[in-house]
Amino acid sequence: MSATSATHDTQQTDGSDGSGRRPLLVRSRTDRVLSGTAGGLPETWGVDPLLVRLGLAVLTAADGAGIVLYLVLWALSAEPSATTPGRDVRVRPRSRQIIAVGCIVIGGMLVLQGIGLWLGDALAWPVALAAGGSALIWARSDEGDRSRWTRISERIPGNPVVTVFGGRVSALRVVGGGLLIAAGMTIFLVANRALASTRTAFLAVVVTAAGLGLILGPWILRLARDGAEERRQRIRSEERAEIAAHLHDSVLHTLALIQRSEAPADITALARRQERELRAWLDHRPAPWTEQDLRGAVDALASRIEELHHVTVDTVVVGDAPISENIGALLLACQEAATNAARHSGAPRVSIYVEADADGVTAYVRDDGRGFDIDAVPPDRRGLAESVIGRMRRHGGTATVTSRPGQGTEVQLQLPRTAA
Amino acid sequence: MSPPGARTRLFLVDDHQLFRSGLRAELEGQFDIVGEAGDVDEAVAGIASLRPDVVLLDVHLPGGGGATVAEAVNRLGIEETRFLAISVSDAPEDVIGVIRAGARGYVTKSIAPSELADAIRRIRSGDAVFSPRLAGFVLDAFRGELPSAIDPELDQLTPREREVLRHIARGFTYKEIGVRLNVSAKTVETHVSSVLRKLQLSSRYELTRWAMDRRMI
Repeated sequence: MSATSATHDTQQTDGSDGSGRRPLLVRSRTDRVLSGTAGGLPETWGVDPLLVRLGLAVLTAADGAGIVLYLVLWALSAEPSATTPGRDVRVRPRSRQIIAVGCIVIGGMLVLQGIGLWLGDALAWPVALAAGGSALIWARSDEGDRSRWTRISERIPGNPVVTVFGGRVSALRVVGGGLLIAAGMTIFLVANRALASTRTAFLAVVVTAAGLGLILGPWILRLARDGAEERRQRIRSEERAEIAAHLHDSVLHTLALIQRSEAPADITALARRQERELRAWLDHRPAPWTEQDLRGAVDALASRIEELHHVTVDTVVVGDAPISENIGALLLACQEAATNAARHSGAPRVSIYVEADADGVTAYVRDDGRGFDIDAVPPDRRGLAESVIGRMRRHGGTATVTSRPGQGTEVQLQLPRTAA
Repeated sequence: MSPPGARTRLFLVDDHQLFRSGLRAELEGQFDIVGEAGDVDEAVAGIASLRPDVVLLDVHLPGGGGATVAEAVNRLGIEETRFLAISVSDAPEDVIGVIRAGARGYVTKSIAPSELADAIRRIRSGDAVFSPRLAGFVLDAFRGELPSAIDPELDQLTPREREVLRHIARGFTYKEIGVRLNVSAKTVETHVSSVLRKLQLSSRYELTRWAMDRRMI
């Protein structure tokens, strides 16, 4: 099978008749009225499709030999592979296909009538009409539409509409098909002189149909709307993925290169900030400056410090929590501690680690800079005492500072769950 | 593998020529850079014939990504080559993906040259390299106890492992962690390696789901 499709692919792209192995006959994907058999014959053998169709039509007049030949050819030919480029099956308008099928059915019935295999006009024609209507409703639409509708119907539990209409709900098709069925039924009843006695039953059918329409109508409308919305969403997310992949390959790499280079500190800080914002966007997180979640807020305070003090601030956030007033206070204390580290420690890098779990929120701000002797801090240096320790205490939390000269500094901020 | 005393034989895999030459310039003095590659096929072929000690592996590559390279090399039965993943991507699914494919560590491309050299040496000696970011990912992914864990041995972290990871996430070096927890640096290494094993072998459904939930797109 794979060999078949491969040869067919080459043949399609070449556009010539070629000379390699290939199946006897491949149906056409592009030139197709019914099954693509008549269109595929010329593609494989290099004959004009019009000649083939004309020949088949003439042969059909000769006691239906054309139909038999067509069926034989159809059975012998292979369906083109799905990977073939230019895969639009509906190059021919559907209406023409429908007319073609209709003509063949009518022709077939005339042949049957001619040779005497016939149940009578009063039965055969109405049934054919109704069958045509039913076929119109049940005709399947193309694959893309169907898979999309299947996805929607999975989201809406217990949904019979999609199964009934087998895919795209085309109002026109359903109405047309319904009319054909109704006409078939009416002709049948009239022709069998049974209309008078079934008048009430007919009325009941009409009322029931109207009721069904009322019930299903809004649902169908909603499904149609959902389908359009789903499609838009899909297109958007595909576009987004493409943009993201591109940004990833180009911009993020460039930003990383700048950060590794010998560029001035403010350029590096700028690159880091750009990277952070881009990442947040790629991550589907709100932009850092909106600060709706813990992760975003920590990123935001980190980039503020990076910009102001030209140090690198590494952030790691585990878990998440909504930003309450007390957590906001913890973040402010965190920012103050990190600013202190950036200004006084002399270390090029500050680490912020924030963890939110069942016990509350804990934050660590650490540098491996010069450190200091906690007991020797003059009382006028209020920064740490007031804005970190005092703030945490006021909001029901604690702050612990660990530092020794030459050993770096770590500030631990803790907010118990009851206060978070 | 080259004998323990010899210089580490390094192989670079990154599709960005510029970045590769940058790495080469930084690392050339300390390591024996035996080859480089810009895509999956080239990388697998190069690693198979050169058998380097350490491969510096970009997570994003044309033709399948770093995880594909690690898996292909594993399938060839080459066990002496160890992988250190390096990426501009902080996307959790990428990180978890390449670790689960066999990489023994993960660092971001913004890592300082001296730290990168340290990381390569540690990978060479068989240790695991966890950046603060990776430690955070693991803590996030293994968060909470699982009452229905299939294999508690693999699907949960011990309190000690959590403690070590937390210290890494806070920015401490293995040596500093050893001092703080009153154990040797080697013991810290053992804990990290054990976490790496869990990360690679855990069947924990949450691990994949977590990475998917937080994936880039």
